[in-house]
Amino acid sequence: MPAVQETVERVRALDVDQYKYGFVTDIESEKAPKGLSEDTIRYISAKKNEPEWMLDWRLQAYRRWLTMPEPTWARVSYPKIDFQDYYYYSAPKAAPKSIDEINPEILKTYEKLGIPLRERDALLGIESSGGSRVAVDAVFDSVSVATTFKAELAKAGVIFMPISEAIREHPDLVKAYLGSVVPVSDNFYATLNSAVFSDGSFVYIPKGVRCPMELSTYFRINERNTGQFERTLIIADEGAYVSYLEGCTAPQRDENQLHAAVVELVAMKDAEIKYSTVQNWYPGDKDGKGGIYNFVTKRGDCRGDNSKISWTQVETGSAITWKYPSCILRGDNSQGEFYSIAISNGYQQVDSGTKMIHLGKNTSSRIISKGIAAGHSENTYRGLVSAHRKATGARNFTNCDSLLIGDRCGAHTVPYMEAKNASAQFEHEATTSKISEDQLFYCLQRGLSQEEAVALIVNGFVRDVLQQLPMEFAVEAQKLIAVSLEGSVG
Amino acid sequence: MLEIKNLHARIGDNEILKGLDLTIPLGEVHAIMGPNGSGKSTLSYVLSGKPDYEVTEGSATFDGQDILALAPEERAAAGVFLAFQYPIEIPGVANMTFLRAAMNAQRKTRGEEEISTPDFLKLVRAKAPDLGITQDMLRRGVNVGFSGGEKKRNEILQMALLQPRLCILDETDSGLDIDALKVVAQGVNALRSPDRAMLVITHYQRLLDHIVPDVVHVMHKGRIVRSGGAELALELEESGYAAYGQNAA
Repeated sequence: MPAVQETVERVRALDVDQYKYGFVTDIESEKAPKGLSEDTIRYISAKKNEPEWMLDWRLQAYRRWLTMPEPTWARVSYPKIDFQDYYYYSAPKAAPKSIDEINPEILKTYEKLGIPLRERDALLGIESSGGSRVAVDAVFDSVSVATTFKAELAKAGVIFMPISEAIREHPDLVKAYLGSVVPVSDNFYATLNSAVFSDGSFVYIPKGVRCPMELSTYFRINERNTGQFERTLIIADEGAYVSYLEGCTAPQRDENQLHAAVVELVAMKDAEIKYSTVQNWYPGDKDGKGGIYNFVTKRGDCRGDNSKISWTQVETGSAITWKYPSCILRGDNSQGEFYSIAISNGYQQVDSGTKMIHLGKNTSSRIISKGIAAGHSENTYRGLVSAHRKATGARNFTNCDSLLIGDRCGAHTVPYMEAKNASAQFEHEATTSKISEDQLFYCLQRGLSQEEAVALIVNGFVRDVLQQLPMEFAVEAQKLIAVSLEGSVG
Repeated sequence: MLEIKNLHARIGDNEILKGLDLTIPLGEVHAIMGPNGSGKSTLSYVLSGKPDYEVTEGSATFDGQDILALAPEERAAAGVFLAFQYPIEIPGVANMTFLRAAMNAQRKTRGEEEISTPDFLKLVRAKAPDLGITQDMLRRGVNVGFSGGEKKRNEILQMALLQPRLCILDETDSGLDIDALKVVAQGVNALRSPDRAMLVITHYQRLLDHIVPDVVHVMHKGRIVRSGGAELALELEESGYAAYGQNAA
C-alpha cells in the first residue's frame, strides 16, 4: 500500500482528541525573539545567510507593511491578531547536511503522517502504487529538512530546492521572478510574508522540459506560537510542464497560529503548471477553540501565449481560511482553471474562491467550486471573473455548488463579474442544497452508518473536483473528507 | 418469521397504524392491498426504521429479534430490505460504488470480511443482465437519470445482491409498463426461497398475477381487516375497495 493511502489510517490510529494529526514532536528548536521588528527581519536574513539585496527586499516590505491596514472585507470573524505575540522564525537546531543527519524524532513524525521522506520508502511506494513517483521537499516548521530526488531532477535540468538555497544559488532567477506575480505591496498578508518569509520551495522547469515526476511538499507547523510564512515560486519556462502537490498537516494547539503563505506561479509561452493542495491544518476543537489562521495569497501568471495554470484544492482544515488562488490570463489563448473543495465543520470559517483576470485575447477560464458546510461553520465562495477591454473572446464558465449538513451552518456565494468588452462570454451556475433526510435514510436502509452515508453523499457531491487530483492524492483527499465530517450529523 | 403484534405508530400527532397484527413465516410471500391512505407505506417505513415514525404500542420481531429496537442500518444488516416506492437519487456516487459500499457495510456490521473486488464484480455480472441493468447504469450516479422502470429494476438488483431475509416491496409496480413489470416480477420470484419472507405492498391486482402470493391481506385504517388466499386479490379487483369506504382508484 502506498504511503499516502496509509496516511489517514495510521494517524487515525493515534486518535488524539478529535483532530487526528495532533501530536507534537519533541525536538530542540532555535527561535527568533518574539515579535516583529527590523531586528527580527535582520535575524531571519542573517540566519539564512542571505545576500544584501534580499535583506533590503524584506525591509522594504516590512516598512510598507507598517503602513497597511488589516483587511476586514472577508466573511470571517476572529479576535484581533497581536502580531507582536508571534515568533517569526523557528528552525530545528543545526540544519542537517544529509538525510542521515536528520533528527530521528522528525523522521518519526513524518512516518506517522506516512510521508516517504527517505528515498527508500518512496521507492517502495512506487512499486506498490503503479509507477508514479513523488519527490518530497519536506518543510518542518520553517526549514526544508531534506530534499529527495534532487539528483534525478537535476539531470532533467529541473531546479527543485528550498527557496532559501535558491536565493544563494540562483539569485538571478529569484530576482527576476520573486514578487513578479504577487508584488511586495499586494496585500497586507502578502506584504507581511515578503518581510518575514522563512522558507518554501523553488521550482524552475527549463524550456521544453516535462518534469519527470510530481513535485510535492508537506508542511507541518510544530513549534508553539510560530507563524509559518512559507514562500513558493514556480516557473515553467517555454513549453515546460510541471505538476506540484502541496499537502499540509499540523499538530494540535490551543493558541491560534498564524499562517500567511505566498505562492507565485509563472507560466511562459506554451507552458503548463498544475498546482494541487490538500490542506488539513488543525481546525480548532469542537468548541471552536484554537486552530490555524490561514491567510494565503496564491496567484499564477499565464505570462506567455497558450499557457495554462490549473489550481486544485481540497481545504478541510484551519479555523480561518482566507484564500483565493487566482490566474492572470495575460498571454493570448491562455487558460486558467480552479477546482476547489472546501469543507468546514465545527466552528471553522472559510472565505475562499478565485480570481480569473482575462487580459489576453481568446483566454478561457473554468471554475468548479464545491463548498460543504457542517456543524456551526460558515463557508463562503468569493470569486472574481473580469475581462479587460482588450481581452476579446474571453470565456469563463463557473459552477459553484454548496451543500449544507445540519441547520446551524451557513453557505454563501459572492461572485463578482466585470466584462469590459462586448465579446466576453461568462457563464455562472450556482446551487445550494442540503443532504436530504431521504438520501440519508436510503443509505441507512442499505446498511450504511450515518457517517458512512454522509461521506458517500459528500464524495459524490465533490466528484468532479476529486477527479482533477492526481490519483494518490485523490484517495487521501477522499479519506480526509470522511474524517473531517465525522460527527457532523445526528 | 416476521411477527407483528398490535402495532401502533404515528407521525406527528397523526396515528396511522392502529393495532396491526401480521405474521409472515419464512418461505412465504404475503401481499398487502388496500385503499390509499390505509397505512401500507407507513408499515414499510416503520419496519425499516425511517425517522419521524414513532411506534407507540405493540411489537415487531423477526426470527425472535425485536427489530424496532435496532437502528435502521442494524435492521438492514439483520436482513430487512425495503424496495422503495420512489428510489432516491444520489448524484456523483456511481451505482457500483453504492452497491459495494452497502454490501460491505452490512458485512462489517455482521462481523464479516469485506467482499473482494473480483468476487463483487462476478456477483454483479451474474445478477445484472437478468434485470436488464446495463454497464452504463452501473457506472452512472445512483438512480440519476434512470427511468421509473430502471429505478425499480435497480432496487431489485440491490435486493438480489444483498440477499435480505425479509423483503418489503413498497408499490414496486407503480409506474411500470407491463414488460417492465414482468422483468421485476421475475427478479422477485427468483429470490423466493424457504428462508426468506416477503411482504409485497400493492394497490393493484396485476402485480400479483406475476408474483403469486401465499396470503393476501387487506389493510384499512391502519389495521389488517381481512386475510385470504391469492383469490382474495381477484375478488378485490372485481369489487374494489368500496366495502372499505372507498372506491377503487
